[in-house]
Amino acid sequence: MTPRKGGIDLEAIRTRHPQHFAAVDRNRARKIALVTLAVAVLIFGMAELGFFDRKLWSGGARLIDIVGLMLPPDPGDWAHARIFSAALLETVAIAFAGTLAAAVLAVPLGLLAARNVTLSRLVRFLSRRSLDTIRSIDILVWALIWVNVVGLGPFAGVLALMTADIGSFGKLFSEAIEAADKKPVEGILSTGARPLLAVRFGLLPEVFPVIASQVLYYFESNTRSATIIGIVGAGGIGLHLAEAIRTLELQQVSFIVLMILVTVAAIDFVSGKLRFALIGRQGAAIA
Amino acid sequence: MASPIARLPERQLGPLLASYDAAVRVRRWHSFFVLACIAAAMVLSSLSAEVSLPKLAANIGRFTSYFDRLFHLESGALVWTDFGEWYWGIARWLRLLGETLLMAYVGTALGALAAFALAFLAAANVAPSRWGRIAVRRFCELCRTVPLLVYALLFVIAFGLGPIAGVLAVVIHTMGALGKLFAEVVENIDMKPVEGVSATGAPWHVTMRYGALPQTMSNFVSYTLLRFEINVRESAIMGFVGAGGIGQDLIEAIRKFYYSDVSAILVMILVTVAIIDTLTSKIRHRLIGHEERP
Repeated sequence: MTPRKGGIDLEAIRTRHPQHFAAVDRNRARKIALVTLAVAVLIFGMAELGFFDRKLWSGGARLIDIVGLMLPPDPGDWAHARIFSAALLETVAIAFAGTLAAAVLAVPLGLLAARNVTLSRLVRFLSRRSLDTIRSIDILVWALIWVNVVGLGPFAGVLALMTADIGSFGKLFSEAIEAADKKPVEGILSTGARPLLAVRFGLLPEVFPVIASQVLYYFESNTRSATIIGIVGAGGIGLHLAEAIRTLELQQVSFIVLMILVTVAAIDFVSGKLRFALIGRQGAAIA
Repeated sequence: MASPIARLPERQLGPLLASYDAAVRVRRWHSFFVLACIAAAMVLSSLSAEVSLPKLAANIGRFTSYFDRLFHLESGALVWTDFGEWYWGIARWLRLLGETLLMAYVGTALGALAAFALAFLAAANVAPSRWGRIAVRRFCELCRTVPLLVYALLFVIAFGLGPIAGVLAVVIHTMGALGKLFAEVVENIDMKPVEGVSATGAPWHVTMRYGALPQTMSNFVSYTLLRFEINVRESAIMGFVGAGGIGQDLIEAIRKFYYSDVSAILVMILVTVAIIDTLTSKIRHRLIGHEERP
């Protein structure tokens, strides 16, 4: 017998305590099987999607060319720079209007879906399911639907963001309301106040900071979404971006992307400060 | 009515009430000011975004009738009365749906592997080099801040139409998003095991393998599964720009007003997403439950 690993004889221990090793071996066998399965599916998927074609290599070479052509970022001329800036402002406007409208409309829905406010299980169930469905449909699909309704332009974008966000806000608000301490509400009800007053003075002060910070957070992420809905004709910078990509004005592409990044970073910064002021560092980390 | 609560004499009560009123007034003005700012911003952005309530009111009928049309076949019958007619293209759609799922799977797997490698270089507590850490962080930021569809559009030019462009876009985005999350997981580990292993003189990669990795694995898997859910949704719309998956047929149906096709494909996507969400959240709860057990 050869002693291994600093004098510990593993084989001897294994023969002495087989039952402890059996559990370890079983666990290891299961892990190996899972990983093998995952890798097999991965390789099958890569083959199926064309990862092992020559196309990947030639495309990679072309991608490097494209990245080279994108540098340095350059709008071309002042007229383009002005157009892009206006479109970017429009993008931020779409995000702001859509988020705020959704927040206002989602408050009653959040109340309907919250367990401690709505006692009817049926109403709660229906409002939750419809919120789930709204949320699962992608924003681009909503944009396409609203383009059918109000025509091409930023208004369709506002409505698309609004519809998609009502789903998310309704869910988040109802969770915030359910997490609220119910003692203030009981206290106000015990004075003989109407339920509406209890919601206003008992519930609202508690959930408002949470809700406001979530709305701010969504404003950030909606600015990102608003940059792409232009691709389907719903206003904002996305239209110019998609067009610049299709016409291979690659320096303009990188210029627009840079503008978007700077704007998103600025909004991130401002809304991060506001959220911090609203609910403090700990809450900002959670929300 | 005699109150059991003793009432303060007027001389004391007067100033107290006055200062209370003043405090309330300040708060009222404060909220009024904030509300006015929000309202002004709303008006400005409504002007910029061409918001027009009359236009919405005039056309809202088209919104409701759109959904009405979604659930009617060309013959005018409701879609679920003739399932075969509604899902006439089920073979093709199932194939495309499978392609979408494969795109999400491959994209998530490759992106997570890359993020896994980057996370240990980007975490402040274990990173071997400071400048490397900053470079990796910036790189991840760039990867996740540029919208996924922009990558897809660019990759379609480089690689041609087809799923490969979509997968690569998903890989890049997943790498950026998971790289950040994974690095945060690594930063939150207990450093004692790492110190213990490195005290034996082990090289960096061995220290990571036996000191850091066992503490992070369940969180890594949990975040990856969460990302997989997101990527399934994203892959479903990748076809909008020609980057593969079922989105190609969806946007064609929407553009050409094949209403029953739109609802058929949407229902397929919604059901798939719901099933995957349920499955992954089950697995995630089990994983996190394992970790919390002593």
